[in-house]
Amino acid sequence: MATTAIRSPAYGAEYPGEHSGLYSWLATTDHKRIGVLYLYTALGFFIFGGIEAVIIRAQLGAPNQHIVSAEFYNQLFTMHGTTMIFLAIMPLSAAFFNFLIPLQIGARDVAFPRLNAFSYWVYLFGGLFITIPIFFAVAPNGGWFGYAPLTIRQYSPGINIDFWVIGLQILGVSSLAAAFNFLTTVINLRAPGMSLMRMPMFTWMAFIVQVLLVLAFPVITIALVFLLFDRFFGTNFYNTVSAGADPLLWQHLFWIFGHPEVYILILPAFGLVSEVLPVHAKKPLFGYPVMVYSGILIAVLGFGVWAHHMFAVGMGPIADTFFGLSTMLIAIPTGVKIFNWIATMAQGANRYTTAMLFGIALVALFTIGGISGIMHSSPPADLQQTDTYFIVAHFHYVLFGGSIMGIFAGIYHYFPKITGRMMDEKLGLWHFWLTFIAMNLTFFPMHFSGMLGMPRRIYTYDAGQGWSLFNAMSTAGAMIFPIATLFFIYNFFRSRKRGEIAGPNPWGAATLEWTIPSPPPAYNFAKIPTVTTRYPLWEGKEADHESARINAQEGKTADDLGIILPYMTIKPLFVAAGMIIMFCGLISTRVLIGVGAAIMIFSLYSWLLSPLEPEHH
Amino acid sequence: MSASVHTSAPTHGHYTTLGLDNRKVAIWAFIGSECMLFVSLISTYLIYKGRSVVGPFPHETWTDPSTGEVFKPILNIPVTSASTFVLLMSSLFMVLALAAVQNKELPKRTRGERILGNSKLWLFMTALAGTIFLGFQAFEFTSFVHEGLSIRRNLFGSTFFTLTGFHGAHVTAGVLWLVTLLAIDYRRGLGSRDSLLVDICALYWHFVDVVWIVIFTLIYLLK
Repeated sequence: MATTAIRSPAYGAEYPGEHSGLYSWLATTDHKRIGVLYLYTALGFFIFGGIEAVIIRAQLGAPNQHIVSAEFYNQLFTMHGTTMIFLAIMPLSAAFFNFLIPLQIGARDVAFPRLNAFSYWVYLFGGLFITIPIFFAVAPNGGWFGYAPLTIRQYSPGINIDFWVIGLQILGVSSLAAAFNFLTTVINLRAPGMSLMRMPMFTWMAFIVQVLLVLAFPVITIALVFLLFDRFFGTNFYNTVSAGADPLLWQHLFWIFGHPEVYILILPAFGLVSEVLPVHAKKPLFGYPVMVYSGILIAVLGFGVWAHHMFAVGMGPIADTFFGLSTMLIAIPTGVKIFNWIATMAQGANRYTTAMLFGIALVALFTIGGISGIMHSSPPADLQQTDTYFIVAHFHYVLFGGSIMGIFAGIYHYFPKITGRMMDEKLGLWHFWLTFIAMNLTFFPMHFSGMLGMPRRIYTYDAGQGWSLFNAMSTAGAMIFPIATLFFIYNFFRSRKRGEIAGPNPWGAATLEWTIPSPPPAYNFAKIPTVTTRYPLWEGKEADHESARINAQEGKTADDLGIILPYMTIKPLFVAAGMIIMFCGLISTRVLIGVGAAIMIFSLYSWLLSPLEPEHH
Repeated sequence: MSASVHTSAPTHGHYTTLGLDNRKVAIWAFIGSECMLFVSLISTYLIYKGRSVVGPFPHETWTDPSTGEVFKPILNIPVTSASTFVLLMSSLFMVLALAAVQNKELPKRTRGERILGNSKLWLFMTALAGTIFLGFQAFEFTSFVHEGLSIRRNLFGSTFFTLTGFHGAHVTAGVLWLVTLLAIDYRRGLGSRDSLLVDICALYWHFVDVVWIVIFTLIYLLK
């Protein structure tokens, strides 16, 4: 590629036909830019949640320490969980949904570009709303699953839980709006010939996740509404003392959402790895239809296992048996996926790039987390393990070893597409191996401290219980994470400016997103491709290669090609801001509720009554 | 080149896989989500049914043991039947409004055809019926509070007001939506090419109606 054709990466000022400057980001409706906004914001929150984790591990590094106060420790572990789940992993997945879904299905944008911007701004504001209190030591302190009645006003009188209830409610709006958008995009904006069974596996998993979001989030919305009403208006939903409320109501509602949420966190990573492994092994994904069906099966079964989080409350033998069995059942489709990934790599022309290594790490580490999961699917075993560090080990193997490893695989794999430049492999390997070692050194010993009876969320502990060594190991491991992450940050920003030029398809991949320039032009596809196969660049017919050739051309603007793109607009940001101001009114002066509602309704009408894009013809 | 990728489907000139407008697909996803919202509310109501420690109760008389005050069953089924009838009629008006917009360009010969084809009339009637329903609800809520059932009183009060209040909020949003459509109709006239705007509003409106039928059956009629 000639040097004159090299464009500034990541949407710089020279981007042909593109706008630049701060306003161009505040008012963007381009799914790729919104994806980049999600990526940066979520990585920021990921680092913030990581710092919280490092402080937690420092506090637990040795017996009887008092590095932070017990009260602040409660805020740390609550916010670590909340941040990592709602502000890091979910939005990191959303970054990929945004960037990749339209590219993988051959669309020019998502179905509702302005709603997409709205989702991002609500996420950003909601994330700040729930995070900022920790700087004033008034952060939520009731654990990430905020069990009521513990969290009702009577037992948690402070403002801490208010931030949590309202913050999650706000983030729910963002997730739901995004889910309707992506669901519609996948159903309705696929290029001609892109049948469901030709969709790339990431888009498939993303599709399933949107269904889960659409069905699971309303349940927590209602659970949070009850809690909000209990705290602010004195209702009795969780008032077990004087009103006879059911102490398990929250737990049921929360976990009916909470277990599908687990799959909302892991399936996007599964999808990313299903893209990475075949490309770096130079083989089609093994058992594509089975991968689709197992993903669907996981989602369906995911709604029938929630009470395995509640074995310890004494639901009785029938409920315990049912939920134990359904939990064991869900291991089957998950295991199928593991075997298919292994079969994809078997006898492949494997290139052990950083992306590939992170992908393999997911397969290995998720398996460990999956197996410990099967251990506590059995109620009697669970009674020993529940609320101990064994559980902490389990879900970090699935969420860090699974989701985060998969997301990093995705970042290394798709960085060239996003920025137009390759990430540095040498620094990438440092990042990978340090992360891998840190991950296992931190979380593997937790199996033992947990089995020896160390309860989770404990502030400190006495020496002589056999936990000290394992905790020292975990803390040592946790201290490696910041170093690994520094390698990543340095690599990320250095490669963005000075990385090797990637070209449209640096990995020799097969799917549509690799037929277009890197970074993609604002309109994505100069010519909407007609798809004839699952792997257009590997086994496509002449027509596939022809559209790939047209779409790989650089330097044309949307105007040159006569493609109509949506207007930029700042209105979604104002609607989001109005909504946040409204919610802020609940915890400060009530006047804000009216002010926020006015801003929201006015901007919303202004948005809905203005056209999305210039008139056709 | 855009001609080759654009179909003549009624989708603002964009190609879509199903040939449907995106908004039509999204409203169905939204309704799916709303189902789970109301399922959660209704299930909680049913779980807490009969578990209130103090009255008033929906269907039973309760005597306060400390004061001897007698609380009659609080639900007023005849009044709510009337409001239910009004809401059901609103769905009929909604159907007529949609048909009127879809057939806007057809010639109207008789007086009856002109009335049936008057989209403004039917949009107004739908919004009016929704507003009357909300008026019934406001009356019901205030009279319950006067009879001693507040949202804080007992589990029944908390679940009842939250569930029906959520439904009322949905009706309110629907009325605002209808009034907006009515305003557009007055400003520039809704024609058959706008029928999607009315169509998705109608789907939402019928959904809210169906939810009320479920609520009315489970809460008012079932003892």
